[in-house]
Amino acid sequence: MTQQGVRWSADQVLSLAPDASSRKAGSKLGAAGPWSEAGSCGEGTVWGLCKGSGSKPYQTVVDIADASGPAYKCSCPSRKFPCKHALGLLLLWAGGDGAVPQGQPPEWAEQWMEGRRKRAEDKRTAGAAGSSSGSADPEATRRRAERRAERITAGATELEQRLADLLRGGLAGAEQTGYGQWEETAARMVDAQASGLAARVRELGAIPSSGPGWPVRLLEECALLHLLDRGWLHREGLPDALAATVRSRIGLPASADGTPVRDRWLVLAQFDTADSRLTTRRAWLYGAETDRTVLLLSYGAAGRAPELALPVGLTLDAEVSAYPGAGQPRVALGEQFTQPVPVPTRPPGMTTAQATARYGEALRDDPWLDSVPVTLDRVVPTPDGDSWQLADADGDTALPLTPAARARPGLWKLVSLSGGAPVKVFGECGHQGFTPLTAWPEGAGEAVPLC
Amino acid sequence: MNGTPTPVDAPAPNAWEELVTAALLGTERRTPPGCPPGPQAPAALLDAAAVETVRRRAGLRPGRAAARPEPAAKDPRPPLPTAAARRLAMLLTDRPGTGGGGRRGTAPDLMELLPQWLATANAQGFAPPPELLPALLDAARGRTDLRQAALAFAGPRAVWLARLNPDWRFALRATPGGGVALPHLDDADRIRRLWQEGLFAERVALLGAIRAREPAAARELLATTWATERAEDRLMFLDSLRTGLAPDDEPFLEQALTDRSRNVRATAAELLSSLPSSALAARMAVRAGACVAVDHTGSTPTLVVEAPHECDAGMEGDGVVAKAPAGRGERSWWFGQLVEAAPLATWPARLGRRTPQEIVALPVADDWQGELHAAWCRAAVRQRNAAWARALLGAPGAPEAGGPGAVSLAERSKLLATLGGAERADWVAGFISAHGLSEAFQLLGVCALPWSEPLGRAVVDALNIARDAGSYPWSFSGVMGLAERCLDPSEARRLDGLMAVPDETEDASPGAGGYWAEAFQRLVSTLRLRAAMAEELGAA
Repeated sequence: MTQQGVRWSADQVLSLAPDASSRKAGSKLGAAGPWSEAGSCGEGTVWGLCKGSGSKPYQTVVDIADASGPAYKCSCPSRKFPCKHALGLLLLWAGGDGAVPQGQPPEWAEQWMEGRRKRAEDKRTAGAAGSSSGSADPEATRRRAERRAERITAGATELEQRLADLLRGGLAGAEQTGYGQWEETAARMVDAQASGLAARVRELGAIPSSGPGWPVRLLEECALLHLLDRGWLHREGLPDALAATVRSRIGLPASADGTPVRDRWLVLAQFDTADSRLTTRRAWLYGAETDRTVLLLSYGAAGRAPELALPVGLTLDAEVSAYPGAGQPRVALGEQFTQPVPVPTRPPGMTTAQATARYGEALRDDPWLDSVPVTLDRVVPTPDGDSWQLADADGDTALPLTPAARARPGLWKLVSLSGGAPVKVFGECGHQGFTPLTAWPEGAGEAVPLC
Repeated sequence: MNGTPTPVDAPAPNAWEELVTAALLGTERRTPPGCPPGPQAPAALLDAAAVETVRRRAGLRPGRAAARPEPAAKDPRPPLPTAAARRLAMLLTDRPGTGGGGRRGTAPDLMELLPQWLATANAQGFAPPPELLPALLDAARGRTDLRQAALAFAGPRAVWLARLNPDWRFALRATPGGGVALPHLDDADRIRRLWQEGLFAERVALLGAIRAREPAAARELLATTWATERAEDRLMFLDSLRTGLAPDDEPFLEQALTDRSRNVRATAAELLSSLPSSALAARMAVRAGACVAVDHTGSTPTLVVEAPHECDAGMEGDGVVAKAPAGRGERSWWFGQLVEAAPLATWPARLGRRTPQEIVALPVADDWQGELHAAWCRAAVRQRNAAWARALLGAPGAPEAGGPGAVSLAERSKLLATLGGAERADWVAGFISAHGLSEAFQLLGVCALPWSEPLGRAVVDALNIARDAGSYPWSFSGVMGLAERCLDPSEARRLDGLMAVPDETEDASPGAGGYWAEAFQRLVSTLRLRAAMAEELGAA
């Protein structure tokens, strides 16, 4: 991990930052000034002493060998994770100007690495023991699951009733009733332990104020919610895969018990969404041999970066296991065989027509799907009135950008990267349009994250 | 559905419309075709809508492409080396106004290094990575001082982007001629047309470009329309003759001395007085010479000044402003203007073949010294006369140089600007060694970058002395900031000893030692960073 070739880029390091101010503070510390006794070793550990405001420098050590994401330790009191010192150290290392030479780790770093190795060992043995103890009382597990299913059924039935009332009185009234009623229904769904229903209900509440064309969108979402309710209430009659999809859409937890698939997984995009309680990090991976695009999710408490950090452009030689359900891209990361390495490969692309067809086919397995991950080949970002579209360079068709994508700064990165020439763009293609997430220039050049 | 992904024609194109209408009004009032009214109507409507929604989504097709933008012009410059591109990304992440202000800590101020980075990258002739242009344009939008270098570096694609994003419209304005290329300077017809029909900014740019290459041609072009220009435009155009001013401009300027506008007359007079061989300069030499003489009657030769008693029409015609500003005697006001406009070569001849040094050293009778020396300073700056500037600056270590003498700090820095780079740096170094840093900020501002070795040493030594004297470093934050940007990066190794926290002495301000160590650490880390930046750009 210490050869120049596999050092990370500054962008990759900065993508680990939990928020904008850490990003800034970290980049300030990415210069040799405050650092002393910095070094790195072949096993993928970087360490250094950072001069802070106190008399004693902070001891910072980062383990980048762990492919589930770097691990950090710093003696500073910050509750940010990773802290600015860890970011600064990684930037210094990424800068590769000799400030972080290869060497033997000092004792304090060695101790921490030793402790980590030991904990990982314990966890593995405990995990093996735990899985056997988990199935110790299948009867109790079954009873718990039954009780929960009953609650959800009650919730779904109540929701059906509410939707019927709404349609009986007409959507036109929905604009006046406002958000409060939906909030209340959403809370009822949380009580029913159906978090998927609750989230959809909350989104319904926002539609009447979302601008022109809202009745159409409201009817669509009501109909799909109704479809999900019916799917749950009649799940016994559904094919197994579709029933699993319904369970996962309703919000029932599932474990990733698909057969592990080993591939060289290229990180196509990584981005965070946050609400008041939770930061969700989504990473899209592309497996070159299986030609599959899969989704990794990881979570962090608000204000903390989720632990999994997969900078765009790295490739993992690893196994992933799919979550149950037809057409579900979500997987869990299993065993990793090497450390992540940057590679110049790009995913194969398609035309805009093929992309919409791909979305259409995916709806067959999961009618609630909002978008599918696709890579568009040779498209030109093109202004279209107030909006933007990605136009095929070799045809007269184009996909509009989603309203959300139009407001992001990544749009201008994409436009500038293209300069009117065709580019390759990875993103999410769905009924609202296309959300670009990563782009590659026409000629040689690294992947440019847009989110 | 948001516009362009258009659904394929459904078997019954109106079925969806019917469903939406029924849903809006409510099944109590209306039901879609094939759906009987009654308690089951809402569920039936939702069933139908679900089928229709999924059908519509599954059948989405791309829309029609809008007119594609004209591709951006190719940037012929080689791309930035990878390490330098990474560095630029990092400099641009450091945006002002994000995160805590307050104390500066030991880390370099990255945004302050951006101007230097841009200057080096421009000197090396690299093209920017396009994905960084939005951040670069945003930075230049907020900081006008960055704009020129940022836009030069950003190149043609930035202009292309600016046409698409109104936030960056300044990039179109800032490009010479508002984004319109100036005609080739041999293309007489296009020049004439642009001069006669162009916007004011375009005409100023055109005149400046021609003046820089062929001064006489610019003057002749200006003369073709001179009589019809507005007064404020005449003033601006006249000002562009400052570049490449030469004796053959004299007839044109003489004619401008009779201009209707007072400001135009004053500028013409000022330009003529910078031409020592001009008739105006000769007239001024006679007038000024009559006011100053050497008096040998005392024990030492002394300069005596006899200020003019009146401002006659001839003087006014040569640009002397008759009305003194409030609080100034009008005789000394007229006198100052005469001396300022007289060629400095007048004085050695008039005052006993003395050198400028000897003349400046002569005592002046009756408190006229301030007025006389200040006027000579203005003359030395206007006529860019290094010999007189040197004489008026005096020795940098002289005790009176540090105090509020006849020559103010602002005038000193202007005088310094007439000297060569090395001489300027040496003078400021001598000044700092003798008088410390408290008055040095303005003088340091006129020194060439990076600072010469003697100058850099003088600044570092003075900072060290200030630390030993026990003051707080923020009293010197201006000079510290300059040092971070201007000190030669190779000086960093000589600063290592200063980064430790010194033992606190009794008379020192509490905690000052720690703050100084922090300030020096920041200085050193900034210098190291600058060295790394230069190396990444191949300019080490």
